[in-house]
Amino acid sequence: MVKQVRIALRNCGRVNPESIEDYINARGYEALVTCLFDKKPADVINIITESGLRGRGGGGFPTGIKWKAAAAEVSDEKFIICNADEGDPGAFMDRAVLEGDTHSVLEAMTIAGYSVGADKGIIYIRAEYPLAIERIKKAIEISKEYGFLGKNILGTEFSFDIELKYGAGAFVCGEETALIASIEGKRGEPVVKPPYPAQKGLWGKPTIVNNVETFANICPIILNGKDWFRSIGTQKSPGTKVFALAGKINNVGLIEIPMGMTLRNVIDNIGGGIRDGKEFKAVQTGGPSGGCITRENLDTPIDYDNLLSIGSMMGSGGMIVMDEDDCMVNFAKFFLEFTIDESCGKCAPCRVGNKRLLELLEKVTNGQATEEIIPQIEQLCATIKKASLCGLGQTSPNPVLSTLRYFRNEYDEHIKDKKCRSKVCKALLKYEIVPDKCNGCTRCARSCPVQCISGKVKEVHTIDQKACIKCGVCYTNCKFNAIIVS
Amino acid sequence: MSEVTEYKKILPEELYRKLDSFVEDLGIDSKDPRKKGYLIQVLHKAQSLFGYLPEEVQKFVARKLGVCHSEVSGVISFYNFFTTLPKGKVNISICMGTACFVRGSEKVLKEFENFLHIKSGGVTSDGKFSLDVLRCVGACGLAPVVMVGDRVYGNVNPKMVGDIMTDCIKLANSMEENK
Ligand SMILES: Cc1cc2nc3c(=O)[nH]c(=O)nc-3n(C[C@H](O)[C@H](O)[C@H](O)COP(=O)(O)O)c2cc1C
Ligand code: SF4
Ligand code: SF4
Ligand code: SF4
Ligand code: FES
Repeated sequence: MVKQVRIALRNCGRVNPESIEDYINARGYEALVTCLFDKKPADVINIITESGLRGRGGGGFPTGIKWKAAAAEVSDEKFIICNADEGDPGAFMDRAVLEGDTHSVLEAMTIAGYSVGADKGIIYIRAEYPLAIERIKKAIEISKEYGFLGKNILGTEFSFDIELKYGAGAFVCGEETALIASIEGKRGEPVVKPPYPAQKGLWGKPTIVNNVETFANICPIILNGKDWFRSIGTQKSPGTKVFALAGKINNVGLIEIPMGMTLRNVIDNIGGGIRDGKEFKAVQTGGPSGGCITRENLDTPIDYDNLLSIGSMMGSGGMIVMDEDDCMVNFAKFFLEFTIDESCGKCAPCRVGNKRLLELLEKVTNGQATEEIIPQIEQLCATIKKASLCGLGQTSPNPVLSTLRYFRNEYDEHIKDKKCRSKVCKALLKYEIVPDKCNGCTRCARSCPVQCISGKVKEVHTIDQKACIKCGVCYTNCKFNAIIVS
Repeated sequence: MSEVTEYKKILPEELYRKLDSFVEDLGIDSKDPRKKGYLIQVLHKAQSLFGYLPEEVQKFVARKLGVCHSEVSGVISFYNFFTTLPKGKVNISICMGTACFVRGSEKVLKEFENFLHIKSGGVTSDGKFSLDVLRCVGACGLAPVVMVGDRVYGNVNPKMVGDIMTDCIKLANSMEENK
């Protein structure tokens, strides 16, 4: 059994995040000192490149290569942005790092600034994270007092300052070009790449955007070396990944696992198995851009490339476990509703296409669909993927495509048999009274909101199926288990 | 300070003064081509003071930063966090993040909607309660999660909605008394 390995979370819960002394005692700011006094900027970039670190914000782009591109630009001004917008609606890894190990993010941003020749850092953070904001503000202040931040850091020629900018609840602002627009005080609408931010970013200047967890890996790599980092994880995805494990699992919470661990290990050993002894159905990673991993892939080693090949993605770290009670069509619908809420509306394939896609899925869950609907869904998904401008639209059909790929049988049951095996899709449910068990207590009839249950006292009751709105009130109210759902 | 009073309609002058000095402290250079970069920060402050961003506040901010009103309202309408309508005295938020969804937050939301006779995003006619949805408050271990002010209710099921509302009513009443 492979155990958890803490790199990004190394200090969380162990070092008092509000004490810079404690952080220094845990080798804090040693990496910065090493870089400033023993290494040229290009050396630092080489270490990061050779470590094989890939962006933890979802895309998995090699961090060293991004830094190199920004370093190569000639400009009077460059920016380092920390993406702390954490939009995946079921994940809080970045918040944990920012709250639990604030200084390590500041230190890593400063190292990035030194490497690419930037003197200004910005943390773009969700306004919904007040504690993290408070701690960052304090940490910035105290590191300036200690000379780790500000003008002429530790007496060198290098200066670097960090400021906070706040998000305002728009998922699309996690996308780097939208994020930059938002910092500039505009509507957070993505723009076409290239040019990439490394060439033309904030205020038109070369800009690096990295995720919080990516930054949290920088100092350990500098301190322990690229070979150490490469000894953890897999060849193509070295290191670890933090996940927010949630859903129908016994041990929920943040986990940090070496890349290459199997999902089976995560669920059975770290997660302590499925809740209430129910049966495992799937795990969803990658949030609204991702897909599911099913029983047949339980032994696939988790890394960027493997997850993509099975139709999911690493994503930023949401990991939701589902059991037999979850309807996969409804689940795909949930993410699609999210996408529609969050689409910025700039391009039609995403704005209109996803609405149309949701209508098709609603037909499936309402029992109004016929078999032709599947090819229609597939075609629409393909169009949205191909024609959307930014990552949000391009990945939005993934939850649908992935559930279609692995749970086609559930779609078919909804469409052909008008049944939802997990008893989630209301329109397909049928409430019936079992005559043998009904003693005519009248409780159900009195509680039915549309009064569609009839029967005399002490006689068997019946439900008028046409009038029933499937609210389930009778089912919860019957004390004799005489009502069944199917 | 003359422009402060110009747009004052119904909201308290004192709050406008606070917002005004907040903006002054930012030390924005009116010729700075990057001054729009302060807009979102100022709107956050304005909303924290007034509770919402009606047109009179929007115009004040536009004038203060020297950007046009349509740009300000365009930004406000884009971001979910900003609201142009006042919330209830007690705001009830249901987490609709993935973890909470998988554990049944949809049913909890329905129950609150039925109880209060409003939809998510709405305010009760007496202005006491408003209902909205959040996305992952980072307490997935307690899913489904409901938040009332700073208070977090965990492992909520539809049957608990009555009890939570009892707390909310108490809270609303105590706010009335303190006024
Ligand atoms: C719709 C959308 C949402 C995104 N949300 C986030 C996010 O919340 N946090 C994040 O770090 N990256 C997010 N990204 C990825 C960023 O665009 C960018 O690739 C990332 O911040 C780069 O950092 P990294 O290389 O360190 O991962 C998002 C991308 C898209 C298309
Ligand atoms: S794909 Fe969607 S979110 Fe992205 S630019 Fe187009 S409309 Fe906006
Ligand atoms: S509540 Fe149950 S036992 Fe009573 S009348 Fe209805 S079905 Fe029959
Ligand atoms: S499910 Fe609701 S509407 Fe249908 S019979 Fe039962 S109580 Fe009445
Ligand atoms: S999804 Fe509700 S707290 Fe995380």
